[in-house]
Amino acid sequence: MLSRVADSLYWLSRYLERAEHTARLLDLTLNQALDLSPAIAGQRWQMVLASLRAPALNTINAYQLTDHLTFDLKNKDSIVSCITSARENARQIREQISSEMWEQLNQLYLTVRRADIDSIYWQPHEFYRPIKEGAHLFQGITDSIMSRGEGWHFIQLGRFIERASSTATLLDAHLRVLLKQGEQAAGGHDYLSWVALLKSCTSFEAYCQVYTADIRPERIAEFLMLNAESPRSVRFAAEAIQKSLETLVQLTGSRQAGRAQRLAGRLRATLDYAQVDEIMADNIHAYLDNIQRLCAQIHSAVQQQYITYSIETALAS
Amino acid sequence: MTQENSEKIGSSALSLPFANYQLDTAYDEMFTAAGKPRVQYEALYRRLLDLAPSELKQRQQTADVAFLNQGITFTVYGHGEGTEKIFPYDLLPRIITADEWTTLERGLTQRITALNLFLKDIYHDEKILKDGVVPRELIYSCKHYRREMRGLRVRRDIYVSVVGTDLVRVNDGQFAVLEDNLRVPSGVSYMLANRQVMKKVFPGLFGSYNVRPIDHYGQALLATLRALAPPSRPDPTIVLLTPGVFNSAYYEHTFLARQMGIELVEGRDLLVHDNVVYMRTTAGLRRVDVIYRRLDDDFIDPLAFRPDSILGVPGLFNAYRAGNVALANAIGTGIADDKALYAYVPRIIKYYLDEDPVLANVETYLLDEDAQRQHVLENLDKLVVKAVGESGGYGMLIGPHSTADQREEFKRRIIADPRNYIAQPTLALSRAACFIEGQVEARHVDLRPYILYGEQITIVPSGLTRVALRRGSLVVNSSQGGGSKDTWVLF
Repeated sequence: MLSRVADSLYWLSRYLERAEHTARLLDLTLNQALDLSPAIAGQRWQMVLASLRAPALNTINAYQLTDHLTFDLKNKDSIVSCITSARENARQIREQISSEMWEQLNQLYLTVRRADIDSIYWQPHEFYRPIKEGAHLFQGITDSIMSRGEGWHFIQLGRFIERASSTATLLDAHLRVLLKQGEQAAGGHDYLSWVALLKSCTSFEAYCQVYTADIRPERIAEFLMLNAESPRSVRFAAEAIQKSLETLVQLTGSRQAGRAQRLAGRLRATLDYAQVDEIMADNIHAYLDNIQRLCAQIHSAVQQQYITYSIETALAS
Repeated sequence: MTQENSEKIGSSALSLPFANYQLDTAYDEMFTAAGKPRVQYEALYRRLLDLAPSELKQRQQTADVAFLNQGITFTVYGHGEGTEKIFPYDLLPRIITADEWTTLERGLTQRITALNLFLKDIYHDEKILKDGVVPRELIYSCKHYRREMRGLRVRRDIYVSVVGTDLVRVNDGQFAVLEDNLRVPSGVSYMLANRQVMKKVFPGLFGSYNVRPIDHYGQALLATLRALAPPSRPDPTIVLLTPGVFNSAYYEHTFLARQMGIELVEGRDLLVHDNVVYMRTTAGLRRVDVIYRRLDDDFIDPLAFRPDSILGVPGLFNAYRAGNVALANAIGTGIADDKALYAYVPRIIKYYLDEDPVLANVETYLLDEDAQRQHVLENLDKLVVKAVGESGGYGMLIGPHSTADQREEFKRRIIADPRNYIAQPTLALSRAACFIEGQVEARHVDLRPYILYGEQITIVPSGLTRVALRRGSLVVNSSQGGGSKDTWVLF
């Protein structure tokens, strides 16, 4: 497969995952803000910014911030920017993906381009829900009709590297605020915020099935990081990344297991053999930082191994 | 056929859906006289009389939907960054008899053979220039002449592997050559797609005719490209080089790559190391042996040609020069389809093959000759003026349909740069039956067959019949409101 094509598939998938993640977070925050005092709502929005790796703001204007995170094309991480980039990548390789995949993505693009902040702000759920569904539909179509060749594995890599990294960031941002609050509020914790965290990973119901509705920080952290079955957990993503990398090595032949595979193995080991109480007792922020760093390293290793390798290394091997 | 309809065929008055069908001085592909179809069109004519107009409309819709769903589009320039459009498809086939095709095949083979010999001569011994058959200035002043190609041997001495020659049928029904497209001719995907759609929309009618198949074009093209591979590369890697998604023919590039089962690459996918071309794949670098390039000479290598090209591959020309990669078509073939050189092609055929041309040329005035220029400037309202280096219907004046302002503008341009223009009489292009808004009407058409030159010359029996869909219009280019129809060559 051409490196350019692999690269486009990877980014198309990664951008779409990012758009969906942001849509979920905004949908939930806008909904929750209804129940909160302005001060607490402001705090929630700062948490949203931290969860998206966006810089903190001095004053929060929910309307402007929603616009910025959803529609602002100057913000390359806004939902519309991400969907536009995903579509642009798909367009570059239009002949490599099925018509069904293309049409679904194109439809999603047209839907978000038609809207603006004023048309959605008072009924945001009506706007964000179709984005989540659109992304899910695209993934469903991809999984049900695309053959499991190199292309599919690059799509998997894009999706799960993005998911592992953004879930770790999200969790870290929430824990930094909520754990501190929990200490201050002595014995009580902000139930709504913890539920919001789970819901923004579409994991509230799945969590309840495992732990009942008894919301406890260490269980939430365990579920989002270490649960082996939930496709939203970091561990699940790490496993998917590792599997796809292994298959890619086989599919592309000769080359020895590279740096990306070693890093993916390390990421998996970090998660597979971890105990949540130990992590919490030690330093959970450092632990989550490490996960994010590994994701970034896997990304650049994949780029170097398959996409941007130098001529000299390619001719030498 | 119903009783009622059989009466209509005999009568001279035209029956629906032919009520609006007009015959004029132009050669009519379908009729010899009102209500009298040519032999090869009789079955089609009867079928059209039988079908209710609503049914015809429905079939046109079926066809349109088929094109839409397949995404068979082209891009029109000049409006922002280009808009994608469906290429209009006309429902009714254009039918060419076996005899007519035999002549076309003979004529095209002769013409391509001679032009290819001409290219080899121009870039090596220049005998034809020394013998004064073609003026030296004409060659050296052509913007498609490539000095870099002097003395460079190309594989099998084949310069033009893929040709799309534009033919028109003039008043007496004879085919004449209007343009030789020897650089990167496009449109073959529409020829193939039109046939696919035709078989879906009119299966019965198609089956009742004995039409020569064309589905093997992809295979024939692949075999042609394979024949160009360096001899040291028995199992060559062949790729199609596209300028990218913004090119007007991008759909065709993806279509052909799929048909041949070869990789569709852009310039940034290729790199040159030690005069060898590689493509960058996830499994490492892979050597490339033959490039079917759909990119003009100018853009192919920024080191050798236009330095601002970001579409090309730096170093490609050196790899080509070293014989490590073949290009189809070769660099510098544009000299042989220069519109001014066109006037000399009959003499070129005579010179190399000692044969008279099978297919005639259209009378052409060269504007750097004083007497001819004077005549043209005085008769701009009757003539067609074309810029020699342009294609796609751009940079063209159609005298009878022009305004005084446009003629003044062209007069100015011709005087400023006479070598850059030619003039031809306004041709009465033949007219074919087309399905227009529920009726059958006559519209002007041309024909572009596709000729492949590898180990031997192959012409897939069909071509792209382009239609000027606007009433009275003579411009068939897709960028200027043209459409196309399926072209049947009978056994």
